[in-house]
Amino acid sequence: MLEVKNLDVYHGWVQALRGVSFNVSKGEIVAIIGANGAGKSTLLGALAGLYRPQKGEILLKGKPVAGKPPEYMVRQGVSLAPERREIFNTLTVLDNLLLGAYHRYRAGKKEVIMDIEKTLELFPALKGREDHPAGTLSGGLQQMLAIGRGLMARPGLLLLDEPSTGLAPLVVREIMSTLANLKKTGVTIILVEQNTVAALKVAGRALVMERGQIVLSGSAKEIMGNPGVQQAYLGRTRMA
Amino acid sequence: MKHKNILLTVAFFLVAFLLPLFVKAPYQLHILILIFIWAIIGTSWNLLGGYAGQVSFGHAAFFGLGAYSAGLLTLHYGISPWWGMALGPVVAALASLPIGVICFRLRGPYFALAMLALGEIFRIVFLNIASFTNGAKGILIMPAITSKELYYYIGLLALAVTLLTTYAIVHSKIGYYLVSIREDQDAATSLGIPTTLYKNLALLPSAFFTGLAGALYMNYVAFIDPNIVFNLTNISVMAILVVMLGGVATTWGPTVGAALYIVLGELFRTTLGSANVLVFGVLVCLIIMFLPNGIVGELDLIKRMVTRKKTSLSGGV
Ligand SMILES: Nc1ncnc2c1ncn2[C@@H]1O[C@H](COP(=O)(O)OP(=O)(O)OP(=O)(O)O)[C@@H](O)[C@H]1O
Ligand SMILES: [Mg+2]
Repeated sequence: MLEVKNLDVYHGWVQALRGVSFNVSKGEIVAIIGANGAGKSTLLGALAGLYRPQKGEILLKGKPVAGKPPEYMVRQGVSLAPERREIFNTLTVLDNLLLGAYHRYRAGKKEVIMDIEKTLELFPALKGREDHPAGTLSGGLQQMLAIGRGLMARPGLLLLDEPSTGLAPLVVREIMSTLANLKKTGVTIILVEQNTVAALKVAGRALVMERGQIVLSGSAKEIMGNPGVQQAYLGRTRMA
Repeated sequence: MKHKNILLTVAFFLVAFLLPLFVKAPYQLHILILIFIWAIIGTSWNLLGGYAGQVSFGHAAFFGLGAYSAGLLTLHYGISPWWGMALGPVVAALASLPIGVICFRLRGPYFALAMLALGEIFRIVFLNIASFTNGAKGILIMPAITSKELYYYIGLLALAVTLLTTYAIVHSKIGYYLVSIREDQDAATSLGIPTTLYKNLALLPSAFFTGLAGALYMNYVAFIDPNIVFNLTNISVMAILVVMLGGVATTWGPTVGAALYIVLGELFRTTLGSANVLVFGVLVCLIIMFLPNGIVGELDLIKRMVTRKKTSLSGGV
């Protein structure tokens, strides 16, 4: 469903992506791992329409979408749960979720309410806290809310930027198993993670990024077994 | 809670409506009229700065445009400045369109500085195109009406319309979009919310009602010059201070802040002589330090300080 070809993205003078190419099929979970500053967030940002690529193509279901604004990408079913969560602290959990459905207000109240129920089924820990200010939630709940908010756009492609950062292993496991459930409903997921072990467990395929390029790609098993990856990422990662 | 708020609002306007029956001294009415004007400015600023989080240091631009719209009508065409009450807000709102397009390209402190520069540009331009504006000499009009009661009721009506409009905006869907922009603009953008559009939608009424306050000021005070109505410290910065004193992003905060600013300002001016600005400044610092959310924003804290009891955390007024 997604084809990325030769993508170059700059932040001012800094080139953050250098000729990135890869494909993602429908219903896959693809993990992207790599050191700090490798360009993982930039890649997700480009897919979500936040950064305009200088070169290259992004095809979504065959349609060229590179350089389109985020509003357009959301309408096309691409939803991003950004790094550091970025939830709306003073607004309630419910309002956060409703804002995720921005482009679907015209779809009708009933549908949106149904989606909220579905989202809460997916993250039962949020139930009963609908009217709590989001800023008062624990880190784990905030992360669930950030993902849930992204899901309210009914995405076909969900982009997750380091959802496990700063969370206890138990919570990470809960979130990862939710992603596995989501995959079963047909949602395609690109998962950027520093927590390589957790990511490779849930993903079918993985890409390794270094200095703006994809240096390695393969099935999660292959990547897990790769000696270079083991040394660079698995050795240092906390076991989850 | 909801009913209590409605009751309080009705009570406020009822008291305000009947007040001139008991308060007849011109000086006291004068104070109340100034409070209304500042409450309108603060409430307008609050929509953009408090709810949408776009801190403007240039609202004097809209105040001045409103005032000059009324003043210039009289100066050049001999038309009653009362028509300025209709024209001023429209001119300010129209001016806000290109201003929004330019300044909303910037974020945070850069936006604040751009607006600051803008207010100053208006002041300097109005000083220098003297053939059109009378420059530093300003515009003096002969007010057709001298009854303070009338200004009082016009001010009250203008404030009521301002409060109702901003309340309606804040409690509509747009209000949520504005708060989401304040809380995290990047997140709002990535959800597909057109943030620039909504910022402009907040600026437009904010400029409109600030222009209304300016036009009312021209009618009431009957004299303006660019250094008065486009003033950085006395208008732009005071607009922010009034909101901070009363409570940012609260319905009644700006009105409470305006009352505090005008009443304390007058009190200090009459009792402390030239030290009044210093004392006022220190007081503002103390309030902001100990009541960081303003008077209305910290009502619960204030209640607790007064009663020395723990009250439940209920929502602000
Ligand atoms: N807004 C920006 N302005 C300038 N440079 C940026 C910006 N965002 C990222 N960069 C630079 O682009 C490169 C890639 O950054 P990016 O955030 O995509 O990496 P990352 O792989 O997500 O890192 P991390 O693991 O720390 O999140 C880095 O060199 C970074 O310094
Ligand atoms: Mg990143």
